Formats: sequence, structure tokens, C-alpha cells
Amino acid sequence: MYLKHLNILNYKNIAQADPEFCDGINCFVGSNGAGKTNLLDSIYYLSFCKSFFNSVDSHNIHHDEDFFVIQGTFVRNDQEEQIYVALKRNQKKQFKRNKKEYGKLSEHIGLLPLVMISPSDERLITEGSDQRRKYIDSVVSQYNKLYLDHLIRYNRALSQRNALLKKYDQLNSGVAAQLDVWDEQLASLGEELYLRRSEFIEQLVPVFRELYSHISGGDETVDIVYSSHYQKGNVIELLAQNRARDLILGYTTIGIHKDDLSLLLSGRPVKKEGSQGQKKSFLIALKLAQFEFLAKYNGFSPILLLDDVFDKLDMHRGKRLIQLVGEGRFRQIFITDTQRERLEGIVNQTGKNSRFFEVVKGSVV
Amino acid sequence: MSDIEFPSKILENAVNEFSRLPGIGKKSALRLSLHILKQDKESVYRFAEAITTLIDEIKYCQNCFNISDSDICSICSNPRRDHSLVCVVENVRDVMAIENTHQYNGIYHVLGGLISPMDGTGPDDLTIAPLEEKLKKGEIKEIIFALSTTMEGDTTNFYLYRKFQNYPVKFTTIARGVAIGDELEYADEVTLGRSLVDRQPFEKNVQ
Repeated sequence: MYLKHLNILNYKNIAQADPEFCDGINCFVGSNGAGKTNLLDSIYYLSFCKSFFNSVDSHNIHHDEDFFVIQGTFVRNDQEEQIYVALKRNQKKQFKRNKKEYGKLSEHIGLLPLVMISPSDERLITEGSDQRRKYIDSVVSQYNKLYLDHLIRYNRALSQRNALLKKYDQLNSGVAAQLDVWDEQLASLGEELYLRRSEFIEQLVPVFRELYSHISGGDETVDIVYSSHYQKGNVIELLAQNRARDLILGYTTIGIHKDDLSLLLSGRPVKKEGSQGQKKSFLIALKLAQFEFLAKYNGFSPILLLDDVFDKLDMHRGKRLIQLVGEGRFRQIFITDTQRERLEGIVNQTGKNSRFFEVVKGSVV
Repeated sequence: MSDIEFPSKILENAVNEFSRLPGIGKKSALRLSLHILKQDKESVYRFAEAITTLIDEIKYCQNCFNISDSDICSICSNPRRDHSLVCVVENVRDVMAIENTHQYNGIYHVLGGLISPMDGTGPDDLTIAPLEEKLKKGEIKEIIFALSTTMEGDTTNFYLYRKFQNYPVKFTTIARGVAIGDELEYADEVTLGRSLVDRQPFEKNVQ
């Protein structure tokens, strides 16, 4: 699958652009603030129905305008797919595939698989466990629609149980009978989610290790360990045992909403042990492993967006990264960089088809 | 919309009352009020009377809590209906929806809501105790759960089942699956998946 043509109007700082892309490596070069990352984000938008960066949709509209439009022509299974998104201030966004509007945006997710590697991935290492759960959820729900449905139901049941816990502070038989019901539903939905998360991590980790050792040159070991209350015993019993505490706290302390991933470098947390370059390599390997996973699942390569990846990597690591990219498991790639010469040097080594776009003050030359 | 300037306090008052109805904003309320002013008085009096009669005289069936003109509703008082078959629904609209299918010959039990702590609704706010009374009398052979397929609906089903499971009664729930007349490729994946898990013997379809 690849993106052939993009047409942007008023998306962030890009007033108007309609670049034609090659089925290979497409490079956006330009100075800081020119709009390179916004171009990547517009491609991301067509795949995920939202911005990678801004959760408030109206913030993506160019300052002086009332609307934005992004249109993309993709080639998927030898067929053209026209994807159209438009947002007018204070109105509902329109999302169309081949001129037909989607009933639910979730129907679109997964049609155009895409992986974005960005400096903000660092959140996965530096911030709380919710970021890591969000990461797993966003990948798994791309290929498993039932997972997303279960997750929504789980979160709803969790909010309901928490509302119940906030209302009472003492356990009596009436509250216990209601908690029984919520506990049972949380435990069974949670188990389904736990199993899907475990499967995903289990398949991801070996590929991730291999990719990391390729990028780092081989003498560092990394690991990702999934931890969940489901590994500690029967969750229904755990929920029951912790009821008194939950009532005092006013929220649920047991369940998959407390899952976490330990990100380890040589057996220690990469957050504390890793240098900036090691952290970056860690995240790139993780995202590329995700890419491999989705490629295997879909039977074709997702689109890969690389935002500022060469920054912070030493020359060897940057070179090995590009070797990986050149090995042909990737199909269409979009890269941003501030230095054209550096990027040209790197891209030419891969021997792949490439095209360069100069980005200046929100327009593409 | 505080920017509407009313030429009359009486009109303003009417608009305010209309706009308290669900789905009616200030503009629609103004349109309705002006419309009423154009009608002949007789028809407006009939309209007003329908509203006051509704609030004064409507009753809730003492047996199933459906809306009714008498103490026992027309469904519960119908001897040709099967009183051992009870369909549990959330509200009166659900009774009307099922009645419109003309496929059901049992009676109903209207819960008056679903368990939802977020909205402050607990089991005690629903008509669960009267349902248990009926079970105790041994009049019921089967309870059909026909609640929405939301988290709250499922939870309420589950709560009732746990509470009543020791009574010698059969518990069933309405089938969930692909809508009749739908093409499979357009069915949403969750529903389609569920239909496969809950597939049924083909003979049932041939009947």
C-alpha cells in the first residue's frame, strides 16, 4: 500500500499543498517550524482519523481560517482509495472513503495501517503507565475490532464501579451485591483484554530484541516485560479482597487498567539507565517491531513515518537504521530532516526510489 | 439564547415552558408558541386538557408498571396472554416496541431504568422487589431479559439473574446478531462476531 497524492488545505501551518509521492522514500526537508512534521501529521490523520499530536481537533485548523481539508489517494491492493477529511470550526468532522461518509470513524481504523516514529514517543519511557497501556491499546485495536469494543465496555464498567465506590464508604450487603455484578463483568472483560495484550507482547518482544541489537550493534540486551494483576491470581478474588480498601479510596485498585510494561536495558529500567541515544534506539526498535507485526498481520507493509529520527543517534546507529530500512521490508516511507545533504547521503545508500520535497514556511516546493 | 427580546412577558413565559421539553430549544419553543397563537381556541383547549389529563389520570399498572388507564393494564388483564412468561424491559417504550412485533404473547415487567451508579440509579430505584414477589408466588415459568445491550443493560440482567437464580424459573435473553435484511459485509464486526459465537441449529431457521 502507498500514498500517491496528498492535497492539503489549511491544515495547521500548511495553507495549501498538493505533493505527488513516490512508492519509496519521500523526504521533507526544511528548517525548524517550516511544517515538515505537520505534513507527516496530515498523513497520520488520514489513517487514524485524528492528529498524532493534538487531541483537540479545532486546533489543527490554520489560525486565520475556519476549516481544513485533507485528501489522500492511496493505492491499496491495486485499487485506488480516496480518503477525504474535512473539519469546519464548531461542526462535526466529515470523513469519507471513496466519497462515501463513514457511519463510525472506528470502521476506518486499520484500513490504512501506518506507523509513526516521532521524538514524542519518548513519553512511553518517561511518563506514567497510562502511556504504555494507551500504546498497546492503540496497536491492538488497529487489527482487532472486538478488542476496542471490549475496552470501551471495560472502561464503562470501571467508571460505574468507581461511581458506586464513591457513593458508599461502608460495605453492606446491598453494596456487596452490586459490587459482585460489576466485579464479575470487569474480571471477564479484563481477562479477554489481558489475553490479547499478552499475545501481542509475546509476538512483539522477540522481533523488538532482534531489531534493537541490529541498530545498537549487538552488545546490549533489552527486554519488555508485561505485568498485570491477572498474573497474580484470580482477579475476581483479588477484587473482592480489596473491596474495603477500594471503598475508602473511592476507586478500583485491581484490574487491567493497572497493567504496565517494564522497559529494560541490560535488566534495568531504560528510563534510569539509558542514554538519550539508547532511549531513542529503544523506541525506534519498539516501533519498528510494531511495524513488522502489523505487516505480518495485514500481509502488506504499512506506511512508515519517520519524524526527525536521525537526531541523537550516533553515526553508526543512524547507518544501521538506514540499512534496515533499505533491506526491503519497508515499502513507502516519509522522512523529515533539517539537513538535505545529510538525508540525501543516507537515502542514496539504500538504493531505493526517492523523492525530495523542500518545505518552506508552510508550503511544499 | 438570552438575546431574544420578547414583546410580551406572557409569550416569554410560554416559550420558557416549551423549551423545558426534551429536544426543544428556545427557537423551536418560540415557533411552537407562535403556532399555538394562530390556532382556534377550541383546539388549543383540547391540547391543554390532554396534557393535564395525562398527568392527572394516567396510571401505572400495579402488576407490570406499564402505563395504563386502569389499575391493571390491558396486557396484564388479558386472559388470553400467557401469564407465566414475563419479559423484563427497561421502560414503557420498550413494551411498545415489542408489542409492535406482534410476536409476543406473554406479559411484561417494566423496571423503570437500569442499574447505573454514574446516574445515581441503584437496584432499589427499580421495580425489582415486586418482580421478586411474583416469583415467590410461583406464577412465573420463564423470565426473558430484553434490556439494551449496553454495559448497564448487561449488568442489570446479571444482577437480576444472580438474585433470582435459585427460583425454579427458566431465564432467557433475546438473541443478539445480524439484523434481518442486512448484508453481511456491512454488519459491524462486533455484532457479526457475536452472531458466529451464538450461532444456532439450522432447523430453527426453517420453521
